[in-house]
Amino acid sequence: MDKKIYERPVIIKQQMGFMNKFGSAPANQPLTHIDNVSVVEMAEKYGSPLFVFSEKKIRQNYRNLNRIFKTRYPKVQFAWSYKTNYLNAVCSLFHQEGAWAEVVSEFEYERARKLGVKGENIIFNGPDKTIEGIKKAIEEKAKIHIDHFDELYDIINITEKYNLKADVGIRVNMDTGIYPKWDRFGFNYENGEAVQALKRIISNERLNLVGLHTHIGTYIMSTEPYKIAAQKLVVLANMLIDQYDIKLDYIDLGGGLPSHNTLKGQYLEAEQLLPTLEQYADAITSPLYDLNLSPSEFPTLFLENGRVLIDDAGFLVSKVLANKRLSDGRRSTVIDAGVNLLFTSFWFKHKVRPAQVSSTYTESATLYGPLCMNIDIIRDDVVLPTLKKGEYLVIMYVGAYSVTQWMQFITLRPNIVMITEEGKIEQLRKSENLDYIMEQEILPEKLKEFSI
Amino acid sequence: MSNYKVFDNLAVSESGFLFSPSTGESFTLNPIANQILHLLKQGETINQIKEKILSEYDIDESSLEKDLDDFINQLINYKIVEEK
Repeated sequence: MDKKIYERPVIIKQQMGFMNKFGSAPANQPLTHIDNVSVVEMAEKYGSPLFVFSEKKIRQNYRNLNRIFKTRYPKVQFAWSYKTNYLNAVCSLFHQEGAWAEVVSEFEYERARKLGVKGENIIFNGPDKTIEGIKKAIEEKAKIHIDHFDELYDIINITEKYNLKADVGIRVNMDTGIYPKWDRFGFNYENGEAVQALKRIISNERLNLVGLHTHIGTYIMSTEPYKIAAQKLVVLANMLIDQYDIKLDYIDLGGGLPSHNTLKGQYLEAEQLLPTLEQYADAITSPLYDLNLSPSEFPTLFLENGRVLIDDAGFLVSKVLANKRLSDGRRSTVIDAGVNLLFTSFWFKHKVRPAQVSSTYTESATLYGPLCMNIDIIRDDVVLPTLKKGEYLVIMYVGAYSVTQWMQFITLRPNIVMITEEGKIEQLRKSENLDYIMEQEILPEKLKEFSI
Repeated sequence: MSNYKVFDNLAVSESGFLFSPSTGESFTLNPIANQILHLLKQGETINQIKEKILSEYDIDESSLEKDLDDFINQLINYKIVEEK
């Protein structure tokens, strides 16, 4: 006779007086397959931890957002935010869908160029641009968004020295009613610095003012700030039309749209709390119709979204290493993916789902990573079924920033795979090994030998 | 291995709901925890319980031992059992 399926004995103390008007916390349903591919089989073939991306989901996200904006404004161009995820395969996928590249360093600029993106399809943002980087971007006709006056004068000097003409825009920062104000990037709107910078550009015949840019923040949880931002850029654009007869090629509203991830300290789940993408699009596009232009002269609306397009297309598969009881009786589970792979777990309550079907008995537990560091906590408190050593979990919505902000620390960085639309598993990045890490190091001759 | 005695005044239902009149606290048990507690109540030793679970369920001895130790520790902390 077959034996019964074993489950760890569990006793749960009933808490009184903490009734929740929204009902009990939903147990996290198992996620056994991603795009019809078995999670456990993938983890066994490619090792654990393992980052998994879904091509289908990425394309769906892009097409959906593109449709939402294009049905509200005639000319829309997305530029993929490289820093959000600059895996070649991911960038290439967005470029296939029609997105330009939005880069914030020469490293990212070179990545885009190497991948085959033309300079004229690159938006070059950020406060750190070297003389060589600026010169190359000017020669290749990239759209340079100037961050500060020192950079503006660098650009003027370069165009004079090498007899060049540059396509430029400025980044504008402003009060949109949210905290924190991102006033460290670009020229301020309220104190007149932005207008001053625009006048300086207009007065120089080597500079061709093509656009205005702003990026008001990240994970913006309401639509109003976008509306204010668009209105303020429209005021500047109308000033350029009325006073200087300059019609811009584009207005760039940046990114900052939130994903499905729930922030720490947020009680309700993000899905219940956040406005819809359609509402954001309404807020961004409606002020643009106040431009003093005929519709055929309308500038292109540039958008630099990252997180909202990729976060829910990325998964981190991780194996249970151990179960422990903490001093106060709470349960803890140690998994093989730590904060070095998932920087975002410092501010997000990433949804965690078991990768195998389990019973309905759940326990609340703290989820620790494998690092011998006290800060290595993936979730402070998460409701999970009783997990055995060797079973797998899937950490959800990890497509944004994880594989760019991850670091080699204590453990090595793992494999990354993508499930294609055809259901094939393609490896996007190989896991690191000791040789790869040691390659860049130089051991001085006198330190090569020792005897202990 | 020590053996344990379940406090007499506890009310345990068939389905795994447990009430302790002395502390006013109530608990829920999953089926296997419920089975173990009922066996303890009947006065079975830890070794007897271990053998029973091993013969009935698909689990290896060392994993069961870890889980059982942890479970018994919780029962002691919740003042449901005491060492005999």
